[in-house]
Amino acid sequence: MSESTQNMEQPPTALQRFKASHFWHSFKVDRVAQLSFLIFLMYAVLAISASLIAPFDPYDASQIDIMNSEIPPSWEEGGEGNFLLGTDAQGRDMLSTILYGTRVSLMIGLCAVALQALLGIVIGLTAGYIGGRVDSFLMRIADIQLSFSTLMVAIIVLAVFQATFGTELYQQLAMIMLILVIGIAEWPQYARTIRASVLAEKKKEYVDAARVMGFGRLRIMFRHILPNTLSPILVISTVQIANAIISEASLSFLGLGMPVSQPSLGSLISSGFEYIFSGAWWITVIPGVVLIVLVLVMNLLGDWMRDVLNPKLYKG
Amino acid sequence: MPLLEVNNLEVCFGLRSGAVKALRDVSFTLERGERLGVVGESGAGKSVLGFSIINLLSRPGQISSGSVHFEGNDLASLAPGELRSIRGNRISMIFQDPMMTLNPVLTIGTQMVECLLAHRKISKADAKRISLKKLQQVQIPSPEKRLDQYPHELSGGMRQRIVIAIGLLLDPDLIIADEPTTALDVTIQAEIMELMLNLCEQNNVALILITHDLGVVSQVTQRMLVMYAGRIIEQGPTKEVINDAQHPYTQGLMNALPQMAIPGQKLNQIKGTMPPLQRIPKGCSFNPRCEYVMDVCKQKLPSFTQSGNCQVACHMVAESMQDKLLIKEV
Repeated sequence: MSESTQNMEQPPTALQRFKASHFWHSFKVDRVAQLSFLIFLMYAVLAISASLIAPFDPYDASQIDIMNSEIPPSWEEGGEGNFLLGTDAQGRDMLSTILYGTRVSLMIGLCAVALQALLGIVIGLTAGYIGGRVDSFLMRIADIQLSFSTLMVAIIVLAVFQATFGTELYQQLAMIMLILVIGIAEWPQYARTIRASVLAEKKKEYVDAARVMGFGRLRIMFRHILPNTLSPILVISTVQIANAIISEASLSFLGLGMPVSQPSLGSLISSGFEYIFSGAWWITVIPGVVLIVLVLVMNLLGDWMRDVLNPKLYKG
Repeated sequence: MPLLEVNNLEVCFGLRSGAVKALRDVSFTLERGERLGVVGESGAGKSVLGFSIINLLSRPGQISSGSVHFEGNDLASLAPGELRSIRGNRISMIFQDPMMTLNPVLTIGTQMVECLLAHRKISKADAKRISLKKLQQVQIPSPEKRLDQYPHELSGGMRQRIVIAIGLLLDPDLIIADEPTTALDVTIQAEIMELMLNLCEQNNVALILITHDLGVVSQVTQRMLVMYAGRIIEQGPTKEVINDAQHPYTQGLMNALPQMAIPGQKLNQIKGTMPPLQRIPKGCSFNPRCEYVMDVCKQKLPSFTQSGNCQVACHMVAESMQDKLLIKEV
């Protein structure tokens, strides 16, 4: 009973509980995690408020002047004060374009991972809990899906879509298509991880107890087992968001991602690639650095979370 | 009509090496409010019996023949939906390890309320009130606070009290307790057993207590079954079975109690181990370990003999009863 004496007066609120948790404690002592989280938060804030902060609207053709093309960043020779990071080949302000591009990249990353997680959780939970033939069937499908690389699937699907429905329609639906393709191509990661933890969880007595209580299958799966498998889900989510952003950037670089008129970080890098030898390095390098930092920060956060949420590494 | 009537229950586990019978020909009845102890060594089929009563054996186990009548319904052949309305509601089960039976990520209150709402059409506030009342019944200190706490914040004894409170939540007619005190230390064990005894008596709940602990059985139960290798070998009123065990195996169990040994000497034990279920010997399954083994024991399965108020499956007991009858007749 000793552990309850400290909260005899008042049951702790959710915030107090969070503050007392191992999670918060390890965050407080880990500088890398703090810095990563801070940078990620900054990215998120900048991306969400892009339309407020950005000095220009890169989607608005009337604000773009081709005469302003390839102006170097303001600190370089020939730079102009109102284009802080210079302009690209079409005369768009790099800073504004990067802000909007980060928003596009993050949006695709988050939505694609949400879709992956949804598919993966439902399939993994079903396979793990029901087992037997259902399990074998679903996991073989996952194996087949995994044997196609994400990029290959995406290239084929997107290319076929562009060829059949035309570039016009594709440009309108590019973001949704990217989310769908990246989301569907990577669900087996989730499904496998969740299936493995469900297999471990369903042997535990609380599942028996829930069955004895007369609960239905779905309730046991989603209400009792799923919350117990959340920590691996959280960990792979951070890594998967980074992966999805990279996939999107690669596809855009290959010309199959976001159209030039609404660039993501990837298509910006790609559009600058042609000019890199003519001396306009900033069109490629600056969005490249932005992308690298974003992915690095996500991976560092994922690493930290894996260490904290893994009870085997818990040194308490 | 008895509350529970188990007839010729047989449970089979289909393994790769062939079907293994974990329970054979188990029959007993339980009256409303009666407390029954089930004892036997590990692997005798005690827990399987508990699970098969509520038809919750997990694969590859299944009830291969026999019936379990609970208030007239055969649970072995009931539809899953109807079974669910009986589980938890009319029959509840308490497990061995309270660390494991509570879901670690849900608060006590959530788990109790969920259980109530799954079986009854009541409001959340009512469910909370009932949960609180049950927590008070199991004499947990400051019950209001427990509702918002997670299982890991409580000690083992408190958790088992909560498990018992959840067991009693829907006022069941029968509680199956599978070694409810094994994971607790001795002082807490006594408290928990006394609590269970009182609660069962107050609410007129029938109890099936599955345990290794003969001391607990003698304190709590009115009747007991002794199981060996999937069969019941002796059953009767607890006092009679304990004070005057008839079956050589039961006698062996009683002799093995530390109280029966002379201080400074080794404890008595039954020689050998229980045969694996795949290789149960012909005749009486206890015959390789029995001190009084006779030829007939190796040939024929003993049937139950009435001895006093007890029923014993032993050829030797059957013979001696026959002799007594003969003497009487002469």
